[in-house]
Amino acid sequence: MSTPTEAMAPPHFTDLPDANGHFGPYGGRFVAETLMEPIEELRQAYEKLKNDPDFQAELDRDLHYYVGRPSPLYHAERWSNHLGGAQIYLKREDLNHTGAHKINNTVGQALLARHMGKTRIIGETGAGQHGVATATVAARLGLECVIYMGAEDMKRQSSNVYRMRLLGAEVVSVESGSKTLKDALNEAMRDWVTNVDNTFYIIGTVAGPHPYPAMVRDFQAVIGREARQQIQAQAGRLPDALIACVGGGSNAIGLFHPFLDDRDVALYGVEGGGDGIETGRHSAPLCAGRPGVLHGNRTYLMEDDDGLITETHSISAGLDYPGVGPEHAWLKDSGRARYVSVTDNEALQGFHDLTRMEGIIPALESSHALAYATKLAPTMRRDQIIVVNLSGRGDKDIHTVAAHEGIEV
Amino acid sequence: MSRIQARFEALRRAGRKALIPYVTAGDPDPQTTVPLMHAMVEAGADIIELGVPFSDPMADGPVIQAACERALRHHMSLRRVLEMVAEFRRDNDETPVLLMGYLNPIEAMGCAEFSAAAQQAGVDGVLTVDLPPEEAGELVAGLRTHEIDPIFLLSPTTTDARVARIVEQAGGFLYYVSFKGVTGATRLDVDAVAEKVGHLKSIAALPIGVGFGIRDAESAARISQVADAVIVGSALVRHIAESTDHPETIKDKVAEELRAMRAAMDAKQPAAAVS
Repeated sequence: MSTPTEAMAPPHFTDLPDANGHFGPYGGRFVAETLMEPIEELRQAYEKLKNDPDFQAELDRDLHYYVGRPSPLYHAERWSNHLGGAQIYLKREDLNHTGAHKINNTVGQALLARHMGKTRIIGETGAGQHGVATATVAARLGLECVIYMGAEDMKRQSSNVYRMRLLGAEVVSVESGSKTLKDALNEAMRDWVTNVDNTFYIIGTVAGPHPYPAMVRDFQAVIGREARQQIQAQAGRLPDALIACVGGGSNAIGLFHPFLDDRDVALYGVEGGGDGIETGRHSAPLCAGRPGVLHGNRTYLMEDDDGLITETHSISAGLDYPGVGPEHAWLKDSGRARYVSVTDNEALQGFHDLTRMEGIIPALESSHALAYATKLAPTMRRDQIIVVNLSGRGDKDIHTVAAHEGIEV
Repeated sequence: MSRIQARFEALRRAGRKALIPYVTAGDPDPQTTVPLMHAMVEAGADIIELGVPFSDPMADGPVIQAACERALRHHMSLRRVLEMVAEFRRDNDETPVLLMGYLNPIEAMGCAEFSAAAQQAGVDGVLTVDLPPEEAGELVAGLRTHEIDPIFLLSPTTTDARVARIVEQAGGFLYYVSFKGVTGATRLDVDAVAEKVGHLKSIAALPIGVGFGIRDAESAARISQVADAVIVGSALVRHIAESTDHPETIKDKVAEELRAMRAAMDAKQPAAAVS
């Protein structure tokens, strides 16, 4: 039993969510009745396996031998010197198998699916990275796999569509609504409610009904745990700031979470500013949206005065989503993390800068984090440290970048 | 007694089952909806279920998704749906009207403001698809304050423990979703529904309506033998979708479908013949 003092003390950020999946007023479970019991079964299965040493050992083995973890923490010296301020370290999630952080989560959820006896995997994807990571683990475990992808995104990310098909997944083109990630999520939910007996829905980000935001975060927190050890080994201390891009927010929460109780480490989440917040054409619900309910959780959303979800825009398909994980909504309100945005053009500049100066082609999503680093680093001293999550590699984006610059590849 | 309770009570005395048609408000255009509501009452509807169009109707199949998109092209909103109910009420003070939709438009207006405005307009029940009882406290309190029945879904996956929790909050009737899936799918298994509804009646006092997958007069009649109400949506909205170029024909087509359902349902109820 807690004493009154303990009860009044503010909770550690790492204690959340509560038993019902709430991060302050955010999170929860907002789904049709048919899914409530299956989601509760999922929560129970996850809670049990989360603390099972055999499951954790199995997961650790997969992360090491299949994903290639730990990913390096790389000191980008030339770029840091060029910017003339803080030292920038890159957490190289782009070097993971399949080229992004997404596989940390799909490996974990696929193991869970197998333990629950599910034979069919479904997923939704925006940029295609989560779809590829899902199709990859499904192929490895011999599970049937269906990926829902907005028709608009399929055009933007055709090479990832082909990769998923090579891996044996069925890629379903979603033609409803804005034909992007949010509509793919709607369609995956419809599939799930129809085939819930044999199907496991691998959500790719830290959103959706409880337990998804906590579960996906737990699987992605390996990023921050490694980074915390690596920076102490390399620099002898914790960083001054962390920067990560935020679409749904899984790579950001994965980096941030092990640092939440290190109050001296500043946290920056970078949303897709599109053509600029003032134009309304962006994907920045934390910067310019308001709280509402979509896709199973309460969080910040881009919506109109009537509560209808508005269309989003970002040059990066992986950020083109009108919601965000509920834990980010809570970190924003509590002031623990700061959320900012950079425009498409600024992200493109970040893409080119890193490519030319460090020989690393970053994903357009990650380029948003890099672009913010170019603003933040010069305001800091040379002995200060920023860790940027390089959440994915940019091979998938070269056609988008070329097209934007009028070049035919 | 609420309009919904009164209607079920009257039907029970008459030995008849409720026929509840669903249409999306503003589909295919805002002018069609109120005359269509009156036409449905004339064709034998006992309660009208009006869909509030939403940008992301996750629990709906392609037919009702398309209906939402047609309505939203005319800038339909929750406020305009309430205006339609108020307009319907000018000529009909008896037929209960139930809104079905998603939570976000209600939250955007505010639960208390919405509940007051809905009562003012003459709304009798509100079904919020993505709001399970665990999260429903604020809205249910608002609706109860304004004498509106909170309608909740039950499904084939709902355990008895959950039924008890849902019944605590529910009013009007319980809406049993006949299968695992989205609206408009074709998976109706009447025997399975009969078994589950029979069990639900043994543990819940409210009337039970069955929806999802009722596509014609025959399936309506069969469901009416096991449930207190038959809810039919996609089968009607399909007629609207086929007639968007001739919206003036929609009333007749929907009414014709409903009359066939009404007749088939009443034929299965021996008591109806004497009333």
